[in-house]
Amino acid sequence: MISRREFLQASIAASALYGISGFGNWSKLAAQQALTQDDLLRFDTFGNVSLIHITDIHAQMKPIWFREPEWNIGVGGVAGKPPHVVGKDFIEMFDLTPGSADAYALTYVDFEALGRTYGRMGGMDRVATVVNAIRADRPDAILLDGGDTWHGSMTSYLTEGQDVINVMNKLGVDAMTSHWEWTFGQDRVRDVVADLPFPFLGQNIFDNEWNEPSEEFEPYTWFERGGVKIAVIGQAFPYMPIANPGWKFPDFSFGIRESRMQEMVNEVRGQGADLVVVLSHNGFDVDRQMASRVEGIDVVLTGHTHDALPEPVIVGETLLIASGSHGKFVTRLDLDVRDGRMMGFRHKLIPIFADVITPDAEMASLIEQERAPFKDQLEEVIGHTDELLYRRGNFNGTWDDLICEAMIEERDAEIAMSPGVRWGASLLPGDPITREDIHNVTTMTYGECYRTEMTGEFLKVVLEDVADNIFNPDPYFQQGGDMVRIGGLGYHVDVSAPVNERISNMTLLSTSEPIDPARNYVVAGWASVNPETEGPKIWDVVENHIRKIGRVSLEPNTSVQVSGL
Amino acid sequence: MLTRRDTMALGLGVATVTMIPGIASASAVDDAISAFTGGAAVSDGGVTINAPEIAENGNTVPIEVEAEGAQSILMLAAGNPVPGVATFNFGEGAGTSRAATRIRLGGTQDVIAIAKMADGSYARGAVEVKVTIGGCGG
Repeated sequence: MISRREFLQASIAASALYGISGFGNWSKLAAQQALTQDDLLRFDTFGNVSLIHITDIHAQMKPIWFREPEWNIGVGGVAGKPPHVVGKDFIEMFDLTPGSADAYALTYVDFEALGRTYGRMGGMDRVATVVNAIRADRPDAILLDGGDTWHGSMTSYLTEGQDVINVMNKLGVDAMTSHWEWTFGQDRVRDVVADLPFPFLGQNIFDNEWNEPSEEFEPYTWFERGGVKIAVIGQAFPYMPIANPGWKFPDFSFGIRESRMQEMVNEVRGQGADLVVVLSHNGFDVDRQMASRVEGIDVVLTGHTHDALPEPVIVGETLLIASGSHGKFVTRLDLDVRDGRMMGFRHKLIPIFADVITPDAEMASLIEQERAPFKDQLEEVIGHTDELLYRRGNFNGTWDDLICEAMIEERDAEIAMSPGVRWGASLLPGDPITREDIHNVTTMTYGECYRTEMTGEFLKVVLEDVADNIFNPDPYFQQGGDMVRIGGLGYHVDVSAPVNERISNMTLLSTSEPIDPARNYVVAGWASVNPETEGPKIWDVVENHIRKIGRVSLEPNTSVQVSGL
Repeated sequence: MLTRRDTMALGLGVATVTMIPGIASASAVDDAISAFTGGAAVSDGGVTINAPEIAENGNTVPIEVEAEGAQSILMLAAGNPVPGVATFNFGEGAGTSRAATRIRLGGTQDVIAIAKMADGSYARGAVEVKVTIGGCGG
């Protein structure tokens, strides 16, 4: 019987590419308490070019728990295809061993028990060890950062991303693209980029006044390695001014800009590129569609949707690489580039097991230095959790349930709405909740917790609108987040229905009565993209609530019913 | 890619830009097309519309339309209460039959362009532009 991985290899050979993907069968070693750094790093150097990809770190400098999604619905042509495969199906598809370290790293199954066995993941000091080891193998390896890097922690909020920038500069990034970086405002981005020792790429960053490519940011950059000319084209998050507050970066427009991407590929090919890499923050499904429509891209380093895949997804002759999020993984991709084309690859998604990989001493020291001024604030224990707290997934996670509960209690609301962002670390039952932990799931430059009234009709408009941003069958109309999280309101969603027909059975949970389209409801929420939103900071709302309750325990949330799968 | 300089050059080539008066009937789009074509058959293809997939601001959506060899192009926002946007007429001095403008879109809808070719035939292009109240990025 041919295994899936062997099949992958065969199909590549048929299209004149050859390659292997080595997530590694070291789970048995782990069971024997023998999982080592050498096992994680083992890689037979291949070809003549090495790419190192890391993305969506979300400012997580220290190791964390991060539970992968239980729900990651794909609609239309991508239903059932990676990354829309979770849990046991994922384990089967990629031939992992249940209960192994790799199953723990890549799925939500038995997360708590396996977490206690295999420990936290990530930490930029461990990432530095891995990057340095790859560079010891291949000194001119190219380190590419897919963005969502400067934002997502209390220290990054307090320093406007400077702690992360210092760490990434020390790590030696060669190019990056962007998304949440822009929420610090265009002036901050401009200031940082002026001093950045590498390009901040985006072929789709446009001057908003003239609707033409911005002259402030390069569309692509060049590397020459072993006689190979490599072009790296940047693709920033296309829907920045829609998903995030555009008033913070009014001079810029983004968008997918597919035709310009083709122009850029043609331009670099015309200038002699042997290898064309797109460093993207499109989100996986948008990248898959773009790779099928734009000709001449060899590798897309995907980002934004936080997917971790142990093998590349191959579209035509384009490799799509998904390297996870929060510093949990680093991808090493070795390529054989000859005669002006990519001939083969060797790929490994390296899981950053914090208890297995020795921290790089210099990086560990820099991280501590960055934390030092805020250490007391960061590490103050606010309460404890008796629940597994996580966010990632298409619908409410337990962190969101807690945040919504806090808003309803602290803001005296009937209904609470929390944004469906995909960032935020997990906590295990029994863990203390520090102020830093609360910031890890709430921090932002527009974190005001508003209190307002909305009609039942408008609430449906909101749910329908966000649902279409996730479940529109055309990936180019998806923004890549998850469904808005709701407290105090239950609903049914048919993910396969057309726009404005997905949501039904909206119910006010406190009375079990149907939502009346004409009635006003008191709604608390945060992360409004509108300017001049008023209210206390969401992290203060959550902190006050946790202080009052002391220990977090939550009822199972069954308020969202899903059909159309 | 249309550059700033191209846009200025384009301005010289466009002889007239006529705003279409409001048409409020249910078949306003069909009526506007019929008025433009005189009822002639319209074939698909040959008209390129560059527009964002999702509008960053529905009040001012950049739209570029191009149809090689067209003498004039009718642009319609099919879902607006008044669908007519503009008719671009290209005179003999026009280097290309291409125009760019910004339009207001009241909601998710198709933007349609009908081109009148030099041989008197008509061609049609359409793209859907989504207007959203905003979501939550990952």
